[in-house]
Amino acid sequence: MIRVLVAKPGLDGHDRGAKVIARALRDAGMEVIYTGLHQTPEQIADAALQEDVQVVAISVLSGAHPTLVPRIVNLVRQNGQEDVLILLGGIIPEQDVPAMLDAGVAAVFGPGTDTRDIIAYITEHLPAA
Amino acid sequence: MSELGGRVLRQERAGVARALTVVERGGSPGRELLRELFPHTGHAHVVGVTGAPGVGKSTLVDGIALEARRRGRTVGIIAVDPSSPFTGGAILGDRIRMQDAVMDAGVFMRSLASRGQTGGLSRSCAASLEVLDAAGFDLILVETVGAGQSEIEIMALGHTTVVVMAPGLGDDIQAIKAGILEIADVFVVNKADREGADRTVREIRSMLHLAALAPPWPPPIIRTVAQTRQGVADLLDSLDRHQIFLQESGTLAGRRLHRTAHLLRQAVTDLADRRLQAAMEGGDWELVLRDILAGRRDPEDVAGTILSGETPGSPGRKEP
Repeated sequence: MIRVLVAKPGLDGHDRGAKVIARALRDAGMEVIYTGLHQTPEQIADAALQEDVQVVAISVLSGAHPTLVPRIVNLVRQNGQEDVLILLGGIIPEQDVPAMLDAGVAAVFGPGTDTRDIIAYITEHLPAA
Repeated sequence: MSELGGRVLRQERAGVARALTVVERGGSPGRELLRELFPHTGHAHVVGVTGAPGVGKSTLVDGIALEARRRGRTVGIIAVDPSSPFTGGAILGDRIRMQDAVMDAGVFMRSLASRGQTGGLSRSCAASLEVLDAAGFDLILVETVGAGQSEIEIMALGHTTVVVMAPGLGDDIQAIKAGILEIADVFVVNKADREGADRTVREIRSMLHLAALAPPWPPPIIRTVAQTRQGVADLLDSLDRHQIFLQESGTLAGRRLHRTAHLLRQAVTDLADRRLQAAMEGGDWELVLRDILAGRRDPEDVAGTILSGETPGSPGRKEP
């Protein structure tokens, strides 16, 4: 069973996209833990740890990804979750993508991504349990 | 003791998290781990919190956890949500309302999906409880939507059952009819600042009067406003009193026996399910069905064969 944490860090108050992803992943047979809006990186990493997820899907629309995302990745890795796949969605300008990948994000999915592509990405890239 | 078992006993969060995954997955690694941990259980006060959707269970659980932390206790939380019967997937959203408590290192919360197995839920829930108990949490809260048989079974796993209601939902009495009255040790009327709270309290009280003349533990009715934490300290006091009652009245031993009986029943049902599944997947299944249809074999006999673990195909099958 694939367990995914869908997380909304920072101050933006729109989680429509995150909810669409959560439903699509559920419909693909995954267990999705959704933590709601306004999460700190610490809360997200702690939830990922307690829930023992294989995937953390972060959605950021506010433009705060350059500060928030590397913090989340570092905290998750510090907790010993080396293999957890970290995905990023939301509004991430093209020029920021390389920095996000450098920070340890496995893939960035922008607006308009077909949810089937995300599901396929997850099932292909998860390390065998 | 395995490495993982040791990490649970040392209360390493990552170890507890992984152990929960292992026991939830079941199979022999899960059983092995539970066997190791079992001698270290029995310390926690396990409290089930149930009630219809929207009554405020998650907020209340968050409040109880915070209050228990204030009193120096550690808290484990298991929040159960249904899996989709169609895809097996689930959205587990109980964390949304449990943010206050879950950031504290003395609180560990895990979301559990029902995974659509009949009865399997209460088994994986019982297993999760044992992991958290072995990890030394003082209070373990189990939250479920009180909608059906499986939830009532889960409540049977705990020591104290809290049934949460709220005014104005209109389904309070329905919930009582569904058998929840019998399992409640403590009633909570949440959202008690709203209109109709008095009526809800009165309804519960009159139902209780109908049920028993002088129960050894008359379930208290606590009014709370979970959002402002009002009444939550009273609720925790009631939970403590119930725990003392269980110990002093000797009911606790009875409950443990009851819980063991429940787990054994569950294990038998699970084994039977697996054997039936294996038989159905066997190549002779359709022939077996045709034999029964033609009156050549008796369903009861075939059932006996399946339960004994033999393949129901060839033995005893006579060619027409």
